[in-house]
Amino acid sequence: MSEFDFSVWGPSLPFIRDGLLFTLRLTLVAMGGGIVIGTLLALARLSPVAALSRAAGAYVDLMRSIPLVLVILWFFLVIPFITGTPVGAETSAIVTFTAFEAAFYCEIMRSGIQSVPRGQVHAAQALGLGGAQTMVHVILPQALRNMLPVLLTQTIVLFQDTSLVYAIGARDMLKAADVVGKNYNRPVEMIVLSALIYFSICFGLSLAVKALQQRVTIVR
Amino acid sequence: MNYHWNWGIFLEQVKSGDETYLAWLATGLGWTLAVSLAAWLLALGLGVAIGTLRTAPRKGLAALGAAWVELFRNVPLLVQMFLWFFVVPELLPRDWSLWVKQDMPAKEFATAALCLGLFTSARIAEQVRAGIGSLPRGQRDAALALGLTLPQAWRQVILPQALRIVIPPLTSEFMNVFKNSSVAFAIGVMELTFQARQMQEDSEQGIETYLAVTLLYFICAFAANRGMAWIEARTRVPGLIARTS
Repeated sequence: MSEFDFSVWGPSLPFIRDGLLFTLRLTLVAMGGGIVIGTLLALARLSPVAALSRAAGAYVDLMRSIPLVLVILWFFLVIPFITGTPVGAETSAIVTFTAFEAAFYCEIMRSGIQSVPRGQVHAAQALGLGGAQTMVHVILPQALRNMLPVLLTQTIVLFQDTSLVYAIGARDMLKAADVVGKNYNRPVEMIVLSALIYFSICFGLSLAVKALQQRVTIVR
Repeated sequence: MNYHWNWGIFLEQVKSGDETYLAWLATGLGWTLAVSLAAWLLALGLGVAIGTLRTAPRKGLAALGAAWVELFRNVPLLVQMFLWFFVVPELLPRDWSLWVKQDMPAKEFATAALCLGLFTSARIAEQVRAGIGSLPRGQRDAALALGLTLPQAWRQVILPQALRIVIPPLTSEFMNVFKNSSVAFAIGVMELTFQARQMQEDSEQGIETYLAVTLLYFICAFAANRGMAWIEARTRVPGLIARTS
């Protein structure tokens, strides 16, 4: 049994806080962007236009069948070719996670849209709403509400997955813990600290999602 | 920016030795398969055991199963890799700790397989629990009424049905294992992602490298999917509604 020295946790806090702020920013931007793009993808997948539906399907299947680390490396390599200038690891991470998570949010939104009873569509049509109006005012609000717990659970997974920006060296919380651990020669204590922080946040959020789930369920 | 394509790169020799890049990728594929399959076997055994425990009538056993699932589900896999690789050896008795740090053969592989196996076992446990929950209560009651003990009922009546029902979600878990094994690069397992990063830096032909590695991951996921579909078709529970292809 080796000697542990947890006094390193004190001076590490400012760095951990900065890293955690980036992790949270990455999570929130990827969640917002991912849900918007994911919903558009879901509409494309359900569209009667075969080409649109197939293109969206191919994108979603592609993202879902390769490892996230590889997607992160891909975007880090390819984005500079598209924009013409080198981009930082942080910007690359935000673009990557938004694009990657969109595929997962798409599948959630798709099953949410499909879970809305057909009678709702007929009723909207009978009231004289057009196709787009029906989607925006009747179907999507119900789909979002039905899928809210699943969307949030996916966001908890996303929050954990952001740690993989380690592969391109972006300064998230884990990277901050890594750097402090190296500087103070206390890597073990810093890994334990980051595990505790991740666990507290994720466990807390998952309890909150469970509580929410019971409140938002639409009783029919 | 211009990119110079060079599809012959795979047959060229690496700058730092006399191997070809193709040999690097082949080594990578080997380690990816080894880590994934070892982790899968461990996860399947533990996951079925813990998922079953969660349906036990004893509160203590069920709580143990719940704690197991929450523990592995709420810490990122990458952090779990670091915990097993850097932290756990420090917690062992002195002699063991020294052995792990200095003499343990294939230390990176063993750590990655153990870590990924435990991580996946928590997810399989949830599927198995759901599978058992989906069976009519009468199955268990009838087994107990026939005089079977609860462990006998699990083994003879409940699990043979539940495990076949959960094959579709287990298929996606099996595909996830191959994807998640990529995280092992961080503790130095020389699997595909590790080799991809190494080859990209060494050859500066990033796009060809990543395309090749993406294709290899695709093949792994596809093979896993087909293999499970084959098992699913042969183990279908008679009398249940299930698709026929």
